[in-house]
Amino acid sequence: MIGRARQFITAAILTLGLAGEAAAIDLNDWNSVVAEAKGQTVYFNAWGGAENINAYIRWAGDEMKARYGVTVVHVKLDDTAKAVATVVAEKSAGKDHDGAVDLVWINGENFAAMKREGLLFSPDWATKLPNWIYVDHETKPTVLTDFTIVTEGLESPWGGAKLVFFYDSARTPTSELPNSAADLLKWAEANPGRFSYPQPPDFTGSSFLKQVLTELIHDKTKLQMPVDEATFAADAAPLFAYLDKLTRLLWREGKAYPQNYPDMKQKFADGELDIIFAFNPAEASAAIANGELPGSVRSFVFSGGTLGNTHFVAIPYNASAKAGALLFANFLLSPEAQLHKQDPKIWGDPTVLSLAKLPAAERQAFEALDLGVATLGPDQLGPALAEPHPDWMTRIEAEWTRRYGAAN
Amino acid sequence: MGQRTKDRGITYSPSGNGLLVIILGLPVLAGVAGTILPAFGYLPALGGLQPTAAHLAELAGQPHILRSVLVALAAGLITTFAAVAIVGTFIAGFAGTPIFARVHHLVSPLLAVPHAAAAFALAFLIAPSGLLVRLVSPELTGFTRPPDWLLPNDPLALSMIAGLVTKEVPFLFLVTLAGLPQLPLRRARQLMAALGYGRLSGFLISLWPTLYRQIRLPVFAVLVYSVSVVDVAMILGPQLPATLPVRIAHWAADHDLKMRFLASAGALLQLFVVFAATAIWLALERIGKFALTFMTLAGTRLRRDQLLRATSGLAMAGCGVVIFSGLGALFIWSVAGLWPFPKTLPGAITAKIWLRVLPQITGPLLTTVGLALSASALALVIAVALLHRDGQGGNGASYKLLYLPLIVPEISFVFGLQILAISIGFTPAFPSVLAVHLLFVLPYVLLSLSAPWRELDPRFERIAAGLGKSPLRVLLTIRLPLLFRACLTAFAVGFSVSVSLYLPTVLVGAGRLTTVTTEAVALSAGGDRRVIGVYALVQAALPFLAFLVASLGPQLLFRNRRAMRI
Repeated sequence: MIGRARQFITAAILTLGLAGEAAAIDLNDWNSVVAEAKGQTVYFNAWGGAENINAYIRWAGDEMKARYGVTVVHVKLDDTAKAVATVVAEKSAGKDHDGAVDLVWINGENFAAMKREGLLFSPDWATKLPNWIYVDHETKPTVLTDFTIVTEGLESPWGGAKLVFFYDSARTPTSELPNSAADLLKWAEANPGRFSYPQPPDFTGSSFLKQVLTELIHDKTKLQMPVDEATFAADAAPLFAYLDKLTRLLWREGKAYPQNYPDMKQKFADGELDIIFAFNPAEASAAIANGELPGSVRSFVFSGGTLGNTHFVAIPYNASAKAGALLFANFLLSPEAQLHKQDPKIWGDPTVLSLAKLPAAERQAFEALDLGVATLGPDQLGPALAEPHPDWMTRIEAEWTRRYGAAN
Repeated sequence: MGQRTKDRGITYSPSGNGLLVIILGLPVLAGVAGTILPAFGYLPALGGLQPTAAHLAELAGQPHILRSVLVALAAGLITTFAAVAIVGTFIAGFAGTPIFARVHHLVSPLLAVPHAAAAFALAFLIAPSGLLVRLVSPELTGFTRPPDWLLPNDPLALSMIAGLVTKEVPFLFLVTLAGLPQLPLRRARQLMAALGYGRLSGFLISLWPTLYRQIRLPVFAVLVYSVSVVDVAMILGPQLPATLPVRIAHWAADHDLKMRFLASAGALLQLFVVFAATAIWLALERIGKFALTFMTLAGTRLRRDQLLRATSGLAMAGCGVVIFSGLGALFIWSVAGLWPFPKTLPGAITAKIWLRVLPQITGPLLTTVGLALSASALALVIAVALLHRDGQGGNGASYKLLYLPLIVPEISFVFGLQILAISIGFTPAFPSVLAVHLLFVLPYVLLSLSAPWRELDPRFERIAAGLGKSPLRVLLTIRLPLLFRACLTAFAVGFSVSVSLYLPTVLVGAGRLTTVTTEAVALSAGGDRRVIGVYALVQAALPFLAFLVASLGPQLLFRNRRAMRI
């Protein structure tokens, strides 16, 4: 019985699908996209772990409803891989149209995986969005390459990220702050049990490993290519020699780790950790404003540079409201939405736009933003180090688990 | 037991049940297939078409996998043993006494607290920066900074076992309570006391075997749950390495989609771990039976059992006190401004988070209640129909299919189910999510109801049948009113299971149906204790209300029938 139902439904989907194909989206005629989007509901799959981000997405959704008659539903995920899993399940069930995910907040490995498995809406759509003209693809190369994987316009940039460290100036003297990974090891020797990083494969924790790897590897160009298995042991040796020394000096002597950034932030607030780090320079200011961290918290970076990257939105190949998703992605890229997002009182996420390309009024509004007491200005953030190829993350996480995955 | 069933004279052909069981069991089996096949390399969406043992080999090659397995197995067995021992000793020592009623009122609301919320509550208490240390610091301890103790997440999983025991004790206790009225408690007590037995040994010899038979299935549910638990293990369990179920969850959520094969292989291994735990428990049952026989024949009286009794009473009360103070701490966090260590209370109190969260929680709240009410009501009707038709109290072989969701680790079984749901054209909406909730809720409802159903004295119905009442009338006017309390308890159990379901809701609902739980888990990824506090409290309040109704209902309804109250 189920088999017959399935046949029937497959047939129905195919019929509907063919009808859908007939009205293919013409990216060169933006007005037709706007017209088709009207009345659509966009299911935006995005991490739902932070109240301020959820509030921002709510605001953007309300604007979409008011301006274009597009309904945006925020599908709150605890992990972006869940949205990828949904698309995988749909593909394995042959559901190539009317998928449940219309737009997904994504970057790094999840993007690499979706691109590799052919799960993304595939024409080069991002660079054809009207607001693309403001995007800073000249000085921010991470807008075009997501962890070394060329985006090919398959995802639209949404916000910037930069690895930044936080400390409490009431507890830790500014003069003692480390200025490099090697320095940090010395600091940990002097302050055992007061530093840790989220347990890989947590994103922030793995980012710390990549930061150390990038600083210590002999030949940095190797990081821009997939791992060479023949030389991996030698390439990663400085990193693991470093970690062998650091682990005993960590919080709980490396027998347990914070589970993610917010967990690490809570341990910082509880006084268990003295130095933490985040991928958003405004995190500390937002936490101070929120009453989660004391007002004496400040930021610092390594003068040699810290990792920087961009996060994106992408459309699955079988999305049901592609026009609405395109329109929403374009709105998220607008100077107005980007300005609202960079406001630390709202979210504090750095913009992907180039201030130089903006009309004067918008540029001034960006420049007038008060970034908050604990946020470093764009000129103080130091150089951005490129993200290694996703392959490195996978290999290093596996090696980390093998070496440090069973504490005694 | 079989003899008694025949005596009742209301057995029916099981063919109708068979159909129902197949309709309900089939999706589960398909989900299992969708889980097992990738373990052997079959997952077309990811290009897996060739059968292969490579993924199982990869699993065997995972670092520290044996330790993950052993810790999960040991923690599950110890949890189950401790929970059974505490509940058994307490019932043996106190059933029928005033203390019993008091502890009953303290402990039963605990069933309502979702596992994750209870785990958070415990973690807030015992962590080095937690409430307990804050209460005595720095005055008594001299700590101005939290001490560097590995707690929770200790490598021996002691805090995880503690967290699980505090949650499983109330479950077993309530299931036991549902069956207790069928036992000749007072007469057995008088007899054993006259023979000079202590309260514990007297109960153990005279009533325990019957009682244990009634709660045996729930005990196995506890065992399977504790061996395969994910959320509690993530919060309280060891991290290096994590237990097997947690590692499966991580593999299933890995950004590398190929890891799904490994996750499926892990789910297969988890299935064997569950089998192993069951086998060990069966062996323990044998040993226990042997020891009890030996004790009976030896005539051991154990007159001085006050200490043991007091311990069990303390353990029972302790479960309540720990979770309630933990929830109290959660509440303080939900209204706290900055709250640095070692301050016992937050520097500022603010309703900001509640005011911000409450307007947004209304929608998810309605969905949660709607799903839970429909799923548990439907499950109750189905359970009553099943039990009425087959009359055996859920011991027939075909029933085993219904218990599959309890035996298969949820994490990968749901992935198979998701593919199935999409294949047969289910769109992610209320009815499809309800259908999946029903799969998880029904076994628990059946489990809670079948023992009291089986143990109800058949003479009531025999008399009614003798008076010429039809079987349906007997069911409606005799059996169901007599089992009213058990039905309400089963309903409340189903309600709380539905409320706490996370993965099925997210995957089959494609995240479009948000419940309080999906919101809570998504937010707990953000780790903000204030927001977690609000959601955990709301999440706990829902089933709590259901249990309140379950415990007050019979008393209100049967106000004028003293014998039907407990």
